[in-house]
This record gives sequence, C-alpha cells and structure tokens, in this order.
Amino acid sequence: MVESELSGKSTAPLIQVRGLSYRYPRRGLVLDDVDFQLNLSERVALTGANGAGKTTLLHLLVGLKKAKSGDIFAFGESRKEERSFVDVRARAGFLFQDPDDQLFCPTVLEDVAFGPLNLGKSREEALKIATNTLASLGMAGFEERITHQLSGGEKRMITLASVLAMEPEVLLLDEPSNALDSKARQHLIDTLKTLPQAMIIISHDSDFLAQLATREVRLEGAKLNLVEKRKLDTVGLVEKSNQ
Amino acid sequence: MPQFLEHSGTSWKGQKVKHDLSVIDKLDPRLRVIMVTLFAFVTVLSESFWVLSLGVLVGLLLALLAQLNVKRTLRRVIAMDMFMIFLVIMLPFTTPGEALFTVAGLSASIEGFLHALMILLKAHAVVLSLLALVGTLSATTLGHALAHLRVPDKLVHLLLFTVRYLDVIGQEYKRMRRAMQARAFVLRTDMHTWRSIGYLIGMLLVHSLERSERIMDAMKCRGYKGQFYLFDDMALGTHDYRFMALFLPFLCGLIGLNFL
Repeated sequence: MVESELSGKSTAPLIQVRGLSYRYPRRGLVLDDVDFQLNLSERVALTGANGAGKTTLLHLLVGLKKAKSGDIFAFGESRKEERSFVDVRARAGFLFQDPDDQLFCPTVLEDVAFGPLNLGKSREEALKIATNTLASLGMAGFEERITHQLSGGEKRMITLASVLAMEPEVLLLDEPSNALDSKARQHLIDTLKTLPQAMIIISHDSDFLAQLATREVRLEGAKLNLVEKRKLDTVGLVEKSNQ
Repeated sequence: MPQFLEHSGTSWKGQKVKHDLSVIDKLDPRLRVIMVTLFAFVTVLSESFWVLSLGVLVGLLLALLAQLNVKRTLRRVIAMDMFMIFLVIMLPFTTPGEALFTVAGLSASIEGFLHALMILLKAHAVVLSLLALVGTLSATTLGHALAHLRVPDKLVHLLLFTVRYLDVIGQEYKRMRRAMQARAFVLRTDMHTWRSIGYLIGMLLVHSLERSERIMDAMKCRGYKGQFYLFDDMALGTHDYRFMALFLPFLCGLIGLNFL
C-alpha cells in the first residue's frame, strides 16, 4: 500500500502547516507563525537548541497538542479536532525520544502487533505483520523477548518496528540516535536509508543528519528557517572539532 | 527498597528466577486463579482448627508439588508474618476471657490466643496456596488469565502496566538516589534529610506522571482506542479436569468439616 502511494503521481505535500503558533504557559511562545511542508520521499532534518520547540512541532502535527492558531493539512485534508487526527496518527509513524515510553507491552511481539491490531487487523494478520516487520529490520528472534530487558539499540530498533508495522506513509523521528553507540547508530542509519517513507528527523547529531537528511530546517526564536546546504556542512565541522 | 520487596518484584517471566516446571505449571492459569480464590474463601470463613490445619497441610502440599524454591518461599512467608506479628501479639491481651498468663499487670486470654493462632493458620494456608498456584505464573500470564476471566479491563491494565513500568520507575529511583549520594548525601535524622527524601519522592511522582502522559501519547500515535487485544487462547485440558475432580470435592469436604 505504501509503495503504490509513494509511486503515485500526486505532487501535493504530504503534510503542510500554515501560520502555526503554540505557546506554553510558562515557557512562552515556542512556535510563532510557522510555515512548513513535507513532500514525497523527503528526509527533512529539524534542528534547533534544546527547548526550541522541535518536539512540540511534531506533537502538533499528529494532534497530541492543540495549536493556538494555524492550519494543519495532512494527506490532503485539513486536520482540526482530535477525531481527524486519529487517521493522521495511523499514517504518520511517530518514533518517541525515549523508547521506554513507546514499548509498554511485556513482550516484543505484542508491542509490534499493537499498532496493526488498533488498525483493525485480525490477530493472525497482526502477528504475521509483526513477525515480518521484525524480520525485515533484522530483528527476527526477538519476538518473545521482554521489552524492558533489551539494550538501548535493540529497544530503538523494536520501536522502529512497532511504528513500521502500521505501514505509515510518513515517519516522524524524535532524536532517534539518542544514546546509541556508534554501531547501533550506524545500523539505524542504514535501516532508515532503505525506507521509502518521507521523514522529519529531529536530531543534534550532525553526522547522523548529514548521512540521511535531504534538507534542513532550524527552529530559532520560535521561527522556522531553512538552512542552506553549505551552512549545514560547516555547522557539522564546527561541532566535530569541538568533540 | 527493602531486599525482600525487590526480590518479589522480579518474579515475572524473563527475570532470572530459578523455577523448574512442575505439575502445577501444566494447569490452566484461569483454573489456578479460580481454585485458589475458592480455597482462600473456604479457609478464611472456616472456624474449626481441624479444617485450618488441613488447609495449611494442603497449602504445603501444593507448594511441594509446585517445587517452590524453599529459601525464597520462606522469605516471602516471613515477610507476611512481619505484617501480622503485632496483631498476633496484641490479640491475647485485648480479647476478654479466661486469663492464661499475665505480663506487667496485663492478662493474656486463652480466647485471644486461640483467635491469634487461627488467624496465623488461615494466613499461612492462603499464602502457601497462592504462592504455589498463582505465584508461579508470570505476571503477564496472570494479567491475561484475569482478562479471560472477565475481570474489569482497567484492573488488568493496571496490573500489566505495573509489571512493565515498575522496573523503569525503580531505575529512576536508583538513578536519583545515586545522584544524591554522588553529592555526598547521607541519611540522617535532620530536617535536610527529610526534605531531600521528600523531594526525591515528589520528583519520582512527577516523573512517573509525565512518563504516563508520554506513554499515553505514544499509544495514541499507534491508534490506541481504549482496547487491548489478547494473544493467548487458554483451553482446559485433561490435567485441568483431573485437578478439578480432586480439588472441588476436597473443598466441599473442608466446608462440611466445619459443621461436624
């Protein structure tokens, strides 16, 4: 299903945001009149300082938070109330910052099958999807493992599997390479590179982004700015020389 | 966290708890839950020493059949005894009746003593059978068995989420506790200690609350609409019928003995 959608001729953006604003009671304005759009098979890097509102933006896109003002169009429809976002969440897979927030079932298989079951798949189908997704990520054999006993890298791959099992058209990744060692991190990069979905990636890891992202936008002072490709490279160099 | 609590928290499947499969493990989880509940009711409502002694014996027998680890079982039984010890000590002195002996002007009554003994027997019979029949289930299986038995969803979810996140919250507690120790914090009996421990517990609650909100968000993102799906089919086998054929007449016998 994903393949056919992606190879379709439509050139309309998958997700489009116009004049989006969000304010926290104490932190103040974190998003001020933000415009953004995600096109087919793009991998957009979303960067910015800690607390700049990157996660907030992703949460707004899937309706976990309610915007103060602005319009969100996702998959060709305007999304306003909770009910219309249910469909967005099924089609835009959200990978959370902390894998422990996402893996709530005791066993890996149950967790990966949770999404498909919610989409109305039968038990057999859901199990099949779950096993196949795990296998496609090279995580076959983890089905009966206990989620909270996995290593950080394994947890990350399982959360990715649990999101991909829903066959999303878009992936929203919130600091996916956080706390991964270099091997697990490279494995994640290689896996993400093979995926056809359009992505928004929040990360502070410039090398990670350099390998994946097709363009970069930066949240600064509650505004979203496009980062030039050349600038991106120098930022990467500066950060590397600091390490 | 006290040692025995930490230990009992790790009995679910996957943790390194040495438990060999036994006859009991062949029984259907639902059957085990129902039988132990019936047994507990019969025991607790009985008033005859014969019945209660028999109950303790059967509890022991079940524990033997389940091949419970002696050391761990003993530790758990003692943990329960610690809860009851004050009750057992106080009862003879607070129940009016014929004096058995006196301590510092207070007389202990025979009635109170017998009453305390009865409570002890009841508690041990129930705890031993629980440890044997239900304690050998993994917490997840127990949750699923309860769900199959039509226990309200909310309660089952509460149990399953506790299983999943007890460890995470425990880790969070240890992390903060270590961070405190790393800044030379030592437990004393002063205001500073009380306040710091208060902060620690408060912070743990805040973190847990925030985490629960993030979990809810993550579940919503995967299309959660308030329903869980169970994977395991549970079916009664010949073992289960055999066990029922033995256990149900025994329970009826116990009830009957009360009226002799």
